[in-house]
Amino acid sequence: MLERLPVLQRWVGDTRLLTGVYWGLAWGSLGLLGYWVMQLGLPIFREGWVGISWGFLAEEPLRSGRAGGIGSILLATAWIVGICLMTALPLSLGTAILFRQFQREAPRLIVLIRHCLDVLAGVPSIVFGLFGYAFFCQFMGLGFSILAGGLTLACMILPVMIRVLEESLAAVPLAYEWGAVSLGLSRVGILLNLLLPRALPGLIGAIIIGLGRAFAETAALLFTSGYVDRWPQSVMDSGRALSVHVYDLTMNVPGGERSAYASALALVLTLLIINTIALACLHILQRRTPANAALSLGRSR
Amino acid sequence: MKNGAGADAYCRDGFCVLPSRSFLEVQKLSVWYGERQVLKEVHASFSACSIVALIGPSGCGKTTFLSTLNRLTDLYPSCRVTGSIRMGDLSILEPKLDVRRLRKRVGMVFQKPNPFPLSIYRNIAWPLSEHQRLRKDEIAYRVELALRDVGLWEEVKDRLHHSALQLSGGQQQRLCIARCIALEPEVILLDEPCSALDPLATETIEGLLQKLRSRYHLMVVTHNLAQARRLADEVAVFWVVEGCGRLIENGPTERIFLDPIEPRTRAYVSGLIG
Amino acid sequence: MFLSSSLVDRIFGWIVRGAGWLSVSILGLITWFVAWESLPLFQKVGWREVFGAKAWYPLEGAFQYGPMVLGSVLSAFGAVMIAVPIAFGLSLGLHFFWSRALVGVIRQILGLLVGLPSVVYGFWGLVTLVPWINQWQSPGTSLLAAILLLGGMILPTMTLMLDQSYARIDRSAVLAAHALGLDMPRTFACVVLPHTRPALGAAISISLGRALGETMAVIMVAGNIVQVPSTVFDPVRTLTANIALEMAYAMDQHKAALFFGAFLLVVLNSLVMVGGWLTRRAGEGVHA
Repeated sequence: MLERLPVLQRWVGDTRLLTGVYWGLAWGSLGLLGYWVMQLGLPIFREGWVGISWGFLAEEPLRSGRAGGIGSILLATAWIVGICLMTALPLSLGTAILFRQFQREAPRLIVLIRHCLDVLAGVPSIVFGLFGYAFFCQFMGLGFSILAGGLTLACMILPVMIRVLEESLAAVPLAYEWGAVSLGLSRVGILLNLLLPRALPGLIGAIIIGLGRAFAETAALLFTSGYVDRWPQSVMDSGRALSVHVYDLTMNVPGGERSAYASALALVLTLLIINTIALACLHILQRRTPANAALSLGRSR
Repeated sequence: MKNGAGADAYCRDGFCVLPSRSFLEVQKLSVWYGERQVLKEVHASFSACSIVALIGPSGCGKTTFLSTLNRLTDLYPSCRVTGSIRMGDLSILEPKLDVRRLRKRVGMVFQKPNPFPLSIYRNIAWPLSEHQRLRKDEIAYRVELALRDVGLWEEVKDRLHHSALQLSGGQQQRLCIARCIALEPEVILLDEPCSALDPLATETIEGLLQKLRSRYHLMVVTHNLAQARRLADEVAVFWVVEGCGRLIENGPTERIFLDPIEPRTRAYVSGLIG
Repeated sequence: MFLSSSLVDRIFGWIVRGAGWLSVSILGLITWFVAWESLPLFQKVGWREVFGAKAWYPLEGAFQYGPMVLGSVLSAFGAVMIAVPIAFGLSLGLHFFWSRALVGVIRQILGLLVGLPSVVYGFWGLVTLVPWINQWQSPGTSLLAAILLLGGMILPTMTLMLDQSYARIDRSAVLAAHALGLDMPRTFACVVLPHTRPALGAAISISLGRALGETMAVIMVAGNIVQVPSTVFDPVRTLTANIALEMAYAMDQHKAALFFGAFLLVVLNSLVMVGGWLTRRAGEGVHA
């Protein structure tokens, strides 16, 4: 982090005016940001809080959502996100490990694949929605289902998770692996005892990022998991995610503002809780592992 | 039992095995990294139960030579090794060789101490349990044995389950050596084991190596000529000839230092070049 | 485990390899599917029809993407133009002017904003922003609303990216500036700016990509009328909104047309990414 320049030094010199301009720009931007956050946050909290209750969280929506609650929707969302993570995590972990192994053998192929993943990460979510519709719903015959929605989301968060996991694995110095290989240790053992424990913070980070994106995603679910807001009986049932519910209430249901506020608040609160848990986990992890600064092994020979 | 210039017998764990003149035989060993040849036609034979010092200026392939002995060169896909290395009845460069078994018999200690970021106990216990099926008490026994062998036991017995990274540099290096000898190898390869350590730790390690020479065959790469002279029974001199590394001379320590054949060796050991 | 270690290793290798190739092949699958589904459009309607059509009347076979591409591009670029100065100002403050506590708070808030779902942004836009614009000029749902909302959505990401790039600057360079007695603007110009030019390019390209790809928020505030806007107060429809709105009832060639719209999106996105890479390469070239 850049040192904060002492106050005197900021105003010394013939660029006093320029410094002042920069200073004004900074504070002005902050003012705009603050104003906007207030505008954004206050209504949602104020109006939404009124609507939230335990009943709201447990009942299913009535009258297209104008009344009742979001119980069934929460369940559907949980299933969708659950399927998404359960699919994406092993796949991305496998790919990240693969990258690390192939790094030496075919570095140019890895660079190419990495670029492809970067492109994939930037593809708009609606395109993933279309893909999910064409592939999972129609080609694989899953129809509008929670399963299709979860799998589509998994495809969507895969590039990001691979990148995060790959970076956290790469942070483990190679010297440990040389030592392990020279002792004749198995690849599985190296992975479980050396790589994964060190990559755990990154792993949790990846999970959190994945969770966050999955909860917030709407466009990819519109055509894959469907619109039905009843209690889902199985993963093959159509189900509505919370974000889709907010969209529906806003655009298609006149008089649905109250529920929309409450649902939006529920969504925001869920994300806040996830973030807090993530930070707590990372904090605990950092306290457990002793200062590794004692052993500063370089990454390459 | 110390071996002199020529080994007649070598001893392990207190009893003598069949006499064997040359324990390790290397023939026409050449190593390429991609297009570049780093070692050219190394011929050597080393006798057992001794310390062999590999000396020579930087970049002449000493570490590469060491890496071929435990097939660590396999880790580099662009690396090509030709020739033959025989250790007893084992042909090391055989493609079908079980390298994991090989690496149990041939251990390696690196220049910068690299204990695993695990507890001291697990640093030794994990490789043990991977190679052999042992009961918990057997493992504990072997761990203690290894730590005693390197002289670490008294220093760490109260904190076996603390992280190995909290040890000093010298202690970490001794832990790495303990990790190797717990597997009961026949050969230990050491790549400049003391260069990252302070003089006091160096002294401790050298003492340890002296102690271990009766049980294992040690091959030590070192830049420190004085160290080579102190420790080694045999010396192998490497040099860069026409752009790639070659073994130009090897033999008993006394002869190499006092009456070398090669002029380059003479110049190197008297400090004139290198 | 000891007995079959090498077997376990080999199985493990296969699993890992399988997982890797599976996830990598998804990229190819997506591209292929989008292209495949777009094909019927050209088969049934023909190239000239698509690019020469007068307007967007999908049910009658007229597929003019022009206004929608314009809608996407205008809203995205407008958003970036709004966000860049504010992000710039915020990053200056974060690194030169504000106390640690304030910086920490701001960073947390920005982090939260980044993760906020787009429907929440869109919802807010519909209930607050649109009525506000409506006071000046009706309807409130307009290009302006889209620009403002998208700008607000990409602002946190852009600020954080700039912030991180500043943090990566070599400390010794900053200390040297201090030692030379450079004041703030000179430090900024001589030390900070050269280092962060490539990062700025990256931040802009990523934010642009995000703005182009945004669907839900835009649907809610942009008005969704297919037309070329004459003022910022006119409603527009973006490519993304189009797909989301019409997919539900699209048949045959209409569906293919929507897939082609997705294809256009990917092309636009790739152009933006390429632009980002080029700026980064150029910036790094200056350094080396």
